[in-house]
Amino acid sequence: MDLPFHTISEVSDLIKKKEISPVDLTEAVIRRIEEVDTRVNSYITTLKDEAIRSAKEAEELISSGKYKGPLHGVPIGLKDIFCMKGVKTTCGSKILENFISPYDATVTQRLKEAGAVILGKNNMDEFAMGSSTENSYFGPARNPWDLERVPGGSSGGSAAAVSSSLCFASIGTDTGGSIRQPAALCGIVGIKPTYGRVSRFGMVAFASSLDQAGPLTKTVEDAALILNVISGKDSRDSTSADIPISDYTVHIKDEIRGIKIGVPREYFIEGIDTEVEKGVRKAIALIEDLGATVEEISLPHTRYAVSTYYILAPSEASSNLARYDGVKYGFRVSDVESLMDMYIQTRAQGFGNEVKRRIMIGTYALSSGYYDAYYLKAQRVRTLIKRDFEEAFKTVDVIVTPTSPEAAFKIGEKTDDPLKMYLSDIFTIPCNLAGLPGISIPCGFTSGGLPIGLQILGKPFDEETILKVAHNYEIHTNWKDKRPPI
Amino acid sequence: MKISRDTVRRVAELARLEFKEEELEKFTEQLGNILEHIDELNELDTSQVEPTFHVLNISTPIREDVMKPWLSPDEALENAPHREDDFFSVPKVIED
Repeated sequence: MDLPFHTISEVSDLIKKKEISPVDLTEAVIRRIEEVDTRVNSYITTLKDEAIRSAKEAEELISSGKYKGPLHGVPIGLKDIFCMKGVKTTCGSKILENFISPYDATVTQRLKEAGAVILGKNNMDEFAMGSSTENSYFGPARNPWDLERVPGGSSGGSAAAVSSSLCFASIGTDTGGSIRQPAALCGIVGIKPTYGRVSRFGMVAFASSLDQAGPLTKTVEDAALILNVISGKDSRDSTSADIPISDYTVHIKDEIRGIKIGVPREYFIEGIDTEVEKGVRKAIALIEDLGATVEEISLPHTRYAVSTYYILAPSEASSNLARYDGVKYGFRVSDVESLMDMYIQTRAQGFGNEVKRRIMIGTYALSSGYYDAYYLKAQRVRTLIKRDFEEAFKTVDVIVTPTSPEAAFKIGEKTDDPLKMYLSDIFTIPCNLAGLPGISIPCGFTSGGLPIGLQILGKPFDEETILKVAHNYEIHTNWKDKRPPI
Repeated sequence: MKISRDTVRRVAELARLEFKEEELEKFTEQLGNILEHIDELNELDTSQVEPTFHVLNISTPIREDVMKPWLSPDEALENAPHREDDFFSVPKVIED
């Protein structure tokens, strides 16, 4: 049965017409997970029994005429950073290895209310810190296009699962590119909505002013379907925006004639893989053929984005991760005499090296005597970066760039040099700093058969336009029809 | 600007972390490299620029101070490594 290889649009149509049962669909995907996931390692926890139960419930409701919508009965995954009641939420870390969430995140709750079937929790870099999923306590996830290569990170498990058809979608999180970069490296669609578009309640915090949840899917339309369900104000998240949501599937099919595309010169620098650049330029040319106008723009402070991010995100993380102290939940060392020893040893043993590195950078940047020179300085540069975009959006509607400077690299290639790893996010970081929406879509393959991603950035809360440009490009190409060999 | 081992130890103490001697060397070097790269921000004159603490133009939402049901004590204590009645039990605080 090739059901797992379809899109959400396709299977939900079949489900709605009662031509397939959610139970058969779920069982087909579970069988594929059993066959394939020992090699891909995209799931930390699978919820086979619960998923079947959920699917049966969906089947009963649907056959009695109570159809909830396009996600009803559709099996999806959740990055293991979203709380799900009664289920382990590990954040890819030893320190939360056996933590069972006592409540559902808003994202989880909304997906359940829409009737989605939750298959399991996807693998990730520990506490969302990484660009390769090599920082997971549970072993790296692998790129389905070449198992010796990384799927990207930190939502690498989500991307690998969607790409190898082990779920129809997964919800990931993006703080500096962690949805878009793995989507690019795995040849799928990933969207980071505008900051505040999706509730962060129940989503374990890494950097609170940057984190956003978003879908990873096979097509742009599927991403729009999921956004419809998870977006919107939530009183339990004070940073969620009180801005009405539209039906994101309505306008994606509109023409893009006359839309103004900005191509920033600072994103086409030395150091980008030549095949990636070629692929992206070809995609821009196609978008132009579809009636958009293309102009070169400048985002002059782009080169400072990585440094800015690597002060701000670790600073916020040092505060957010202070709660992991062995007191109320998670891993706790035994055999210690004092409370202080318990704190120190629990954290020293419970956290991986990248997490420790970032906590240290953040603690340093926020400490007395350094706060002004580092944290405050970075927040000011953040303003300059945000202003670059505001200026650009006076003349263009969307901005198009490569998502990643290179295609998927080999496992182990960058683990010795943290700075090298950080530079993987050079094109994705600015959008988090400015709070803008950004999507990555497949735009080709390298000569080695590895996916290339195209990034489209939009104005705040203008997910509609980036989805429209993305969809129009997608339907004029066949990239999504190519499947990884696994 | 490279960082000294002493500073790394001091920051580790603030962060409630600890490094073994072998780790300390490597960490100090890695942190130093990262901080050196980050120094490039000093190339920019930001004296007239306001910091962006929040990308959204929102103010703190307020609500009435009314109790709403949430987790029961049992639910809240479910993941406790050590529990005593309705309390999280921890090792004693030892004054130096």
